[in-house]
Amino acid sequence: MKKKWAFLTSMMALVLLLSGCEPLLVLDPKGPQAERQASDIMLSIGIMAVIVVVVMAILAYVLIKYRASNQSDDYEPPHIEGNHIVEAICVGVPVLIVAYLSFVSVKSNYIVESAPVGYEDQEPLVVYASSSDWKWHFSYPEEGIETVNYLYIPTDRPLEFKLYSYGPITSFWIPQLGGQKYAMADMVTTLHLAADEPGEYMGRNANFSGKGFAENTFNVTAMSQADFDEWVEEVHETAEPITENEFEKLLEPGHLGQMTFTGTHLEFSPAPEHEHHAESDTEVDSESETHDHSQHEGHAEHTDHSSH
Amino acid sequence: MKIDHAQPLEYSTDQNQLNILGFWIFLGAEIMLFATLFTAYFTLSHRTGSGPTPAEIFEITPVLIETFVLLTSSFTIGLGIHAMRLGRKNAMVSFFAITLLLGLVFLGVEVFEFMHYYHVGATYQTSAFTAALMTTLGTHGGHVTLGLFWGTFIIIQVIKRGLTPQTANKAFIFSLYWHFLDVVWIFIFSFIYLKGMM
Amino acid sequence: MEFFQRFAIPHPSPAIYASMVAIALVSIAIVVGLTYFKKWGYLWHEWFTTVDHKKIGIMYLISALLMLFRGGADAIMMRAQLATPEAKLLDAQHYNEIFTTHGVVMILFMAMPFIFAFMNLIVPLQIGARDVAFPRLNALSFWLFFAGAMLFNISFVIGGSPDAGWTSYFPLAGNDFSTSVGTNYYMLAIQISGIGSLMTGINFCTTILKMRAPGMTLMKMPMFTWSAFIANIIVVFAFPVLTVALLMGTADRLFGANFFTTANGGMDMLWANFFWVWGHPEVYILILPAFGLYSEIISTFSGRNLYGYKSMVWSMVLISLLSFLVWTHHFFTMGQGALTNSIFSITTMAIAVPTGVKIFNWLFTMWKGKIRFTVPMLYSIGFIPLFTIGGVTGVMLAMSAADYQYHNTMFLVAHFHNTIIPGVVFAMLAGLTYYWPKFFGFILNEKIGKLTFWLLTVGFVLAFFPMYITGLDGQARRMYTYSEATGFGPLNMVSFVGAALMAIGFVTIVYNIYYSFKNSPRNIGSDPWDARSLEWATHTPVPEYNFARVPQISSSQTFWDSKKNGHALFKGEIEDIHMPNKSGVPFVMGIIFFIVGFSFVFALWVPAVIALIGVFVCMTLRSFEQDHGYHIHVKEIKETEAKYGEVLNSEDRPRTTTRV
Repeated sequence: MKKKWAFLTSMMALVLLLSGCEPLLVLDPKGPQAERQASDIMLSIGIMAVIVVVVMAILAYVLIKYRASNQSDDYEPPHIEGNHIVEAICVGVPVLIVAYLSFVSVKSNYIVESAPVGYEDQEPLVVYASSSDWKWHFSYPEEGIETVNYLYIPTDRPLEFKLYSYGPITSFWIPQLGGQKYAMADMVTTLHLAADEPGEYMGRNANFSGKGFAENTFNVTAMSQADFDEWVEEVHETAEPITENEFEKLLEPGHLGQMTFTGTHLEFSPAPEHEHHAESDTEVDSESETHDHSQHEGHAEHTDHSSH
Repeated sequence: MKIDHAQPLEYSTDQNQLNILGFWIFLGAEIMLFATLFTAYFTLSHRTGSGPTPAEIFEITPVLIETFVLLTSSFTIGLGIHAMRLGRKNAMVSFFAITLLLGLVFLGVEVFEFMHYYHVGATYQTSAFTAALMTTLGTHGGHVTLGLFWGTFIIIQVIKRGLTPQTANKAFIFSLYWHFLDVVWIFIFSFIYLKGMM
Repeated sequence: MEFFQRFAIPHPSPAIYASMVAIALVSIAIVVGLTYFKKWGYLWHEWFTTVDHKKIGIMYLISALLMLFRGGADAIMMRAQLATPEAKLLDAQHYNEIFTTHGVVMILFMAMPFIFAFMNLIVPLQIGARDVAFPRLNALSFWLFFAGAMLFNISFVIGGSPDAGWTSYFPLAGNDFSTSVGTNYYMLAIQISGIGSLMTGINFCTTILKMRAPGMTLMKMPMFTWSAFIANIIVVFAFPVLTVALLMGTADRLFGANFFTTANGGMDMLWANFFWVWGHPEVYILILPAFGLYSEIISTFSGRNLYGYKSMVWSMVLISLLSFLVWTHHFFTMGQGALTNSIFSITTMAIAVPTGVKIFNWLFTMWKGKIRFTVPMLYSIGFIPLFTIGGVTGVMLAMSAADYQYHNTMFLVAHFHNTIIPGVVFAMLAGLTYYWPKFFGFILNEKIGKLTFWLLTVGFVLAFFPMYITGLDGQARRMYTYSEATGFGPLNMVSFVGAALMAIGFVTIVYNIYYSFKNSPRNIGSDPWDARSLEWATHTPVPEYNFARVPQISSSQTFWDSKKNGHALFKGEIEDIHMPNKSGVPFVMGIIFFIVGFSFVFALWVPAVIALIGVFVCMTLRSFEQDHGYHIHVKEIKETEAKYGEVLNSEDRPRTTTRV
């Protein structure tokens, strides 16, 4: 175990060195989900590096030893069909490696798809994050606040992002807090994150969505719960309420700066959610899930959100 | 072109055997094509938007006529190939002609069915469901239409040239195609219409 | 006026105007040149109407090389734009069009014709056949591919290029967000060439199953033929999915259907699913024949039989099955839950096992061999470590939880270029160099070839390895620019330098062809590499009937057996050879399909209907045509054989062998 970590650390150091000593965002996690992902990444880089080195070593050996210029003119290479033991090793070792990585992968899947480790007992802060060309709208239904292109979050509290889109498929990504997830027009996806440390983080849409895609970013500020509460109060004192008209204007394609409102657009333009959501139901496979999904959708629900 | 008389006429040359194998592989691709269409249909059949649901627009009578006609045509083309194997050219041509006539009736009823959908407000643009339905039916109907022309050409060739390895080969391959369309229709009938009406 | 406005470019730039002028000038030059040198007849009789698999293969090869430069020009512009932060070389729209066309051109109009070129050139020779099962269909496949490629390529001067990415995800690619005709071009051009690919798949499956020389059981087929066989089976089962997806996309864009829209029940994720149900097997359609080429080359230049032939075959079968079971890994982040992701994570990683087996088999083929470092072998040797890196990063991406961090980043871009360039492109260049003498009668210059190899390899490493790092640093793919504060600048500059080296490398290939054409000796015999499989047992260049007598097969390296173990390859007397007739119909149908496609792109229904009737007429004519081919008579064959210096009627083939 110790050796493994020593190895991982040295690999980490190597990667950092290559990148000019600034820690790479993904490998500089500030929350439990990103930490899990970073450790998976480092683990797999380590194992994979060993494979690459082994292959290169065999190749170098073979090339040096069996190059034509190293052999007599009358050397006739033998006819070798294959060897069951050798081939069994060539299958067996990769199978073991893949099995181990699969085990890690499956475990991580369930971890990143549920409330962050260490935060299970706490009530999560629910934020509806919706994208439109080329902005992000963050609605805090409990706090009754809506922001555009910036996100304030409390540290040490689980965050539950409900993602959807007013347009092309986008992908909500804050590398230092955890991996991304798609936001789509006809369903709501859920992303579980948490921030361990206060700070400023980069957030962006990672999925190509047209002309303004490159600038489709947002700022994330993590702060203590007390500071967060203070901010909520301040917004309620200073910001204007969001209206349907105003929101329609915000949806028009283009870029906007940061904006703050009281109230949320969920009141007049609700998210495309369903009473039973496939998202939380990990027991269904993708086929029956789309099926489920469409069944629950029904057409009544659909007319609803096709009108916005 | 060597002719192997130990084989049935449609298999009797090398090229004929290649043609038949090639056509089976083509049918493999066709299976994937229709499988994809069915997948699309099953995924979208509940997504009716503001348009009608399957149960609201499906009518049993035309569908039953279509099914009956197409199944019969599959039987008659089988008889046609049987006649061909016996070397009875006229019987074969007659059965092929009956098959194509039945195909034409099928197509006529299908056109009527599409007009019905249009009248009850289910057009191609109405919803994901109507688009998937009409694309699936239309692809099958398009195949039948093409088959009508193809079959006619083969009948003309058999009449003009007689039963040669070439014409027999074409007729046999056409029968494979026709049977295939019938099988697809059975799936359409069971999983689109019956399921939709339940 | 409005009618004509649709044909204008929505986002013109000096570069596009310059290309318009260049295209016009080149076209005029070609027409004038052909007329001046009186080559129209030659072109028509020898090429446009040919049904000969070798000539079709060469036409695929030329198209692939042309498209390589088209896609490469896109690539170098992208790297130039990203070389520095906030560069102004391209605007967002232009950049979006360029990466879209780069992807489509490279995958569908460069890599696909490249592998089809080798299948056409090699497979009939490797199995000892006269031609493919359906020679005219083969010509039609080519002309449909070519029509599709040309249709796609005129998009950037007429009406505007597609701009929604090569994956063309809806709703972005729908009418609401993609208003120019660009995506129509995407749908129609790929559809047309896709039909061609599907027909090629059917043709080659039939050929390989039915037309093998006597004695060649399935397990005695040369490895490239095996790989081509499996790739074509994948083509037959994967391309119909694309056909339907494109049909639905076209319906959405042109006929107001609601398959993938966000209104009236449309489902945008369905496109992504269909696209990748085709798209992932497509990757293996490209890589398996590449593996086949490497197997031939490594075995030849190691002087050894291919190690673990059976496991090579079974690993390909396994890969082809798994390739249909992994598509969801392209969108682990779509929110389908932990269970689905886990299943697809495991199936994806499972592909690493058969792939690993192949890597080790190649290493063991070199083991105890006598390795000659020729250019094709250098590519194969470079392929092994580079592709291994590409492969293991694939395993990393397959870890779905971690993929949430890799997805849509430059890490992913680095990964798939790392598999496709050393995997497919290197294989194509290795194959090009290896088979060049067989079809053109001279060897490409080895010195220039080695320079090309090193330029490409060093360029590749510089261009793509930095992307792994910027990807982990949060650089999303498909961004046309980035700010200086992100710190992506220096590494992107390195990428640009690498891309430039690769560009120079590709130019040296053209120079090499020119140089070797002028200077290479022509007396190379028919087996310049001391090779092992059947394609080298006939003359160089290959006569139109391939083999004067049908070869008798003893093993997967039957030619080697005949050289070393006294196996009698050609027995019996020469007989008349039956050959298929030439036909201009496939070429005409290519033109008609081009018109169909173009009319659909601009919703010009009258010409569309007329052209479709034209297609129908061609098919009717074909139905009534009595085409029995023709025979090459014994006398003529003997004359041809004598010209090659063949000693007739001898049981063995004494032949000069020049080693390199």
